[in-house]
Amino acid sequence: MQHFVVVGILVILTTVLTYLGLDVAGLAKHQHPVSASLQSISIDQLWNWEMMVISFLFSLIIVPMLYSLIVFRQKKGELEDGEHMEGNATLEVVWTVVPIFLVVIFAYLGGKSLGDVRRVDPQAVTIFVKAQQFTWTFEYPEYGIISSELHIPVNKQVVLKMTSADVIHSFWVPEFRIKQDVVPGRYTEYRVTPILVGDYKVRCAELCGTSHSYMENAVIVDTQEDYDTWIAEQVEIAKLASLTPEGQGQLLVARNGCTGCHSLNGTRLTGPTWLNIYGREEEMNDGSKIVIDDAYIAESILDPNAHIVATYASPSQMPAFVFTDEEIANIIAYLKTLK
Amino acid sequence: MLGALFGAVSFLVGCGVTDDWIKWARGIDTSDHHEEHWHGWEKFLNVSFDHKVIGIQYTLIALLLLGVGGTFAMIFRTELAASQLQFLTTDLNLFGQTGPQLFNTLMSLHGMIMIVSILLGISGIINYAVPLLIGAADMSFPRLNAFSYWISVPAAITLVSSLFLGGFDTGWTGYPPLSARAPVGMQMFFMGVFIAGWSSILGALNVIVTALRMRAKGMTAMKMPIFVWASIATSIISMTATQFIGLAFQLVMFQRLFGMGFFDPAKGGNPVLFQHLFWFYSHPAVYVFILPGLGVISELLPVFVRKPLFGYRWVAMSSFGIALVGFVVWAHHMFTSGMNEYLRVPFMYSTLLVSVPTGVKFFSWVATMWKGRISTPTPMLFVLGGIVVFFMGGLSGPPHATVSTDLHLHDTYFVVGHFHDTIFGGFVFPFFAAIYYWFPKATGRRMNEFWGKVHFWLMTPSFFILTFGMMYVGLLGMRRRIADYDPALGLDSAHLILTIAGFAIFTSVIIFGINLFYSIKHGEKAEGNIWNSRSPEWQVPSPMAAHNYSKPLEVIGEPYDYGLKDAPYTRFIEPASAGKSKH
Repeated sequence: MQHFVVVGILVILTTVLTYLGLDVAGLAKHQHPVSASLQSISIDQLWNWEMMVISFLFSLIIVPMLYSLIVFRQKKGELEDGEHMEGNATLEVVWTVVPIFLVVIFAYLGGKSLGDVRRVDPQAVTIFVKAQQFTWTFEYPEYGIISSELHIPVNKQVVLKMTSADVIHSFWVPEFRIKQDVVPGRYTEYRVTPILVGDYKVRCAELCGTSHSYMENAVIVDTQEDYDTWIAEQVEIAKLASLTPEGQGQLLVARNGCTGCHSLNGTRLTGPTWLNIYGREEEMNDGSKIVIDDAYIAESILDPNAHIVATYASPSQMPAFVFTDEEIANIIAYLKTLK
Repeated sequence: MLGALFGAVSFLVGCGVTDDWIKWARGIDTSDHHEEHWHGWEKFLNVSFDHKVIGIQYTLIALLLLGVGGTFAMIFRTELAASQLQFLTTDLNLFGQTGPQLFNTLMSLHGMIMIVSILLGISGIINYAVPLLIGAADMSFPRLNAFSYWISVPAAITLVSSLFLGGFDTGWTGYPPLSARAPVGMQMFFMGVFIAGWSSILGALNVIVTALRMRAKGMTAMKMPIFVWASIATSIISMTATQFIGLAFQLVMFQRLFGMGFFDPAKGGNPVLFQHLFWFYSHPAVYVFILPGLGVISELLPVFVRKPLFGYRWVAMSSFGIALVGFVVWAHHMFTSGMNEYLRVPFMYSTLLVSVPTGVKFFSWVATMWKGRISTPTPMLFVLGGIVVFFMGGLSGPPHATVSTDLHLHDTYFVVGHFHDTIFGGFVFPFFAAIYYWFPKATGRRMNEFWGKVHFWLMTPSFFILTFGMMYVGLLGMRRRIADYDPALGLDSAHLILTIAGFAIFTSVIIFGINLFYSIKHGEKAEGNIWNSRSPEWQVPSPMAAHNYSKPLEVIGEPYDYGLKDAPYTRFIEPASAGKSKH
């Protein structure tokens, strides 16, 4: 009996200490990364309840185990067996039935929390998302804007209608706590209500190929005023761009997510950088040297595998694109401006 | 592709495992004892039909693959020690792959090689122990048993060859469309797993028949050693579910080879369908991995606690409970996949339900230890380590099961930490325990106790650091399967610690390997019942003779009646009373 009392007290103590330990580390209430959406509040709440139960269950098993190991240890030279104790049906029923109750309670809480996360606001702002190796493109249908950054207004539900151009990707902003896979050939839906203004990143969470690690685009939660300003700017930029060939080329580039693999600042990504690309001489992986001109660019867009620059992945990671001659000319015009 | 298939078949015929079958088909009789002229280690390199030899062969190839998979892990773990790419850079070109591609290949192969290693390790323990525990002379189908083993050799070679054939970058799950467009290494990966599946299915069939048909006289179901229960449960899963991963992989192979659009949306296919097929095996598969390990824990715990296994029936039934529930939880891997949304709730219920039979095991183990006379030689240390580590895996499970929390945790390092906990606790620790425990039975010598303890005390704390660290970085935003991470996440120092812990585990396993091979020749002699066990195999001298027991066994008591005097589990039937024995 004395053993049970001691273990009982130790279990309670350890439960409290474990939970406090988790809390000090910021894990019990999930303090990092910062919680930035309405949905994350419900998720973190459920997480916190689970941490309480886990702290208790941890103590319930580990404490009697350690206690037995210390107190019921075979002493030196002792050869006797332990007490002959075959089992106890009542106990077995108790530790089967009580967990079943816990399961039902947590399944209920989990279902309720899922309901909170998926709650639909009919006023939600719709944005289309296209995922492709290795970038995200965001389209605002109301304004005709295409962007590689996701800007969303704070305290308003946004619904992202997402599809993929190639393989499966997954949309995850850790601060929002939710993720949703993006599947080719269909639209999946991601609802989020940001509650904290700030700069975040969408990080692709489903392995999608060589540069999966770098499939991160900016997600910016703006105040309503900043959001309206940004929209107005983008509308203006799009209008101006459509007037010149290089502007139209730039729009095509944005729409097709080219900069996911081709940097504009000289950094090496999945494909060669576009900084100073026009007229540059490149060594190909077959040893030949090619000066990058209109013909090479057109060929590379339509058939990326025709000539691959040395040290880059072969076969090429780039999909073949279908463009009209005029569109290709516009893209080339844009590339010429990248000095 | 064809080369791999052809190579596998010709390897099997060439090594002679099918000789007897071909002879039978031609109407020639074969002898049973054709292996007596082999000496020492020679028999392990030849086709043997002795379940003990096959068990050891399985264990050795499992350890070899464990080493290969572990080495791969160390390579990419080193790359992850700091953000940015250090040596797997984009300029690198090895086996036709750039650094990040190589990272993906190594990471993917680490997963599948370890899984194959585990499947073979399980077959190793089951093959070695089950016939001994039930008092049989061998498995039911010794030639099929040898075939199941030898087919795993080309499977492993094909699998590893994918590294040199352009690699693949899909992770061990091989989700299309990514896997449909990956380099040719992908085909080798699918093919290797496909062949390994054969080994698993045929091996499982053999185990079930053996356990059902070849038990000693008087060994009723409720008097079977608990490990046999676990082996049956695990074999039922292997035999019924492995086909699904084979099918899923075959469909992708056909999509790649013949342009069939099973999973290609442009041709009316559905990529999510693959995930259903894949997880319908691959979830139950984790129970295939852990049930034998939990069986080892239940089997060994009473020996070192000197007390009966608490609630034998409940523990035996809980294995079946886990196996059954395990078949209806697969879609919890797909909560974010875009499958029908309402399906997530029933799968949450079924998934949480797994905790009930698993809980029964934990409570019963603790109750077994209560008021025992506990001693802690190396096998017992690994049993205890297995319980605690598996428990950490169990505790970190429910947050994945409740859907909304999983939306955050899915595809992060939290999952990676959880998974390593369940598999180390459910398989790796018990596997080491089983090796330390049955090593004297196989060799007549015991492994060095001091180095065994060094192995344990180096591995266990490092492992806790590793998995808790994984869960920690995952919670903070570390995605799984990435070669490089955003320095802004502030995870550099955590990852450095993880890498150091990884190397400590690797070192401890090397110590184990040296101890294992050194002890075969130089270990302390141990021919008697050194663990003071009640189990029949320890009642005869080690090493075990061919065809095991010289006289048939009869069960006259309970398997785990420690603490009860003069109540042995088994006795030998003397030839006079037994009449004609089987051999």
